[in-house]
Amino acid sequence: MIKSELCEVLGIEYPVIQGGMAWIADATLAAAVSNAGGLGMISAMNSNGEQIREQIQKAKKLTDKPFGVNIMLMSPFVREAVDVVCEEHVAVVSTGAGNPSAYMQQMIDAGIKVMPVVPSVALARMAEKKGAVAVVAEGGESGGHVGDLTTMTLVPQVADAVKIPVVAAGGIADGRGMAAALMLGACAIQMGTRFLTAEECPVHENYKEKVLKAKDIETLVTGKRLGHPVRSLKTPFSKMFFQKEYDSSVTNEELEQMGAGSLRMAAMDGNVEKGSFMCGQIAGMVTERGTCAEIIKNVTAEAELILRRADKWVK
Amino acid sequence: MKDRMKEMIAEYLGKDAATIATNVTFTDMGIDSLDIAELVMQMEDEFGCSIEMSQEINTIDALAEYIENNK
Repeated sequence: MIKSELCEVLGIEYPVIQGGMAWIADATLAAAVSNAGGLGMISAMNSNGEQIREQIQKAKKLTDKPFGVNIMLMSPFVREAVDVVCEEHVAVVSTGAGNPSAYMQQMIDAGIKVMPVVPSVALARMAEKKGAVAVVAEGGESGGHVGDLTTMTLVPQVADAVKIPVVAAGGIADGRGMAAALMLGACAIQMGTRFLTAEECPVHENYKEKVLKAKDIETLVTGKRLGHPVRSLKTPFSKMFFQKEYDSSVTNEELEQMGAGSLRMAAMDGNVEKGSFMCGQIAGMVTERGTCAEIIKNVTAEAELILRRADKWVK
Repeated sequence: MKDRMKEMIAEYLGKDAATIATNVTFTDMGIDSLDIAELVMQMEDEFGCSIEMSQEINTIDALAEYIENNK
């Protein structure tokens, strides 16, 4: 069984965290992951305080294990989100899409374990300075908001720079990825894409089908021009959006308008014409469904087997 | 302190310190949020202070004032 200091810090059985995914990671998924021994995360996305509170309270009914909330720092309701997680005494909060330093002290004072997702060494060091219990070093292989660095280059550099536990994320969906992450200096993994096809994941069936059928080269990054690049599956819509980014006659406002609501249309409605099917590059390797418990057990068991046999490389 | 900030930013951007103005916004200098995080860490180390960035601190002048006020 893989042992990790982060398990003790967070009070979980397996060092596997489920990443926040807007319109997808709700109380049901988070509770299922937590009940399976990992750390489930509710995506706060652009929800207001009361919507977040509703999900938190629902999760509390579905699991008595620790779970977390992922706060999206670009949300217009970020202040409310921070206040609500403090009021509800959420066990763990991860943050994404920005610099969380302005909010960290308030959450730490409320007893929350804060675990920012960081795209660079500087932000990892900043998070450690501000009292984070761990950082999630997420490479651009991931789905959704992506940074420039790859998991392969970011994780070891972050591991060198901080003393707190490092969670590796981006491009991990099986035991090989987990074993590699641990070799790079992480002590836990975060997965998003792999949980999209979990039985308990509430995302639309069309979305799951697309992920199951995706090949390795099937994602692209859009939104670079707008300053918030995101990775999603190649579809006529995303390819058209990508073309428009290079068209200087299209304004930023027009681009924003085109993309507005597209993730919701994919995740909730399964709209294949206009939806934005966000997922990571590893989607090509996600060909099975399974319950959250099966996913977590399989990934960790495979990692353990690989690590036990790793001495075959050393003569 | 402002001169040292100009030097640090100039070195980061690969430019001459004389071309860095203290009242130009970081965005106009071509510095993005990741760059700012990097530069802030360097300045915290160098000036021995804690800097909490916000939207308002967007020039060298504003940053120097913040550090003075929060000593």
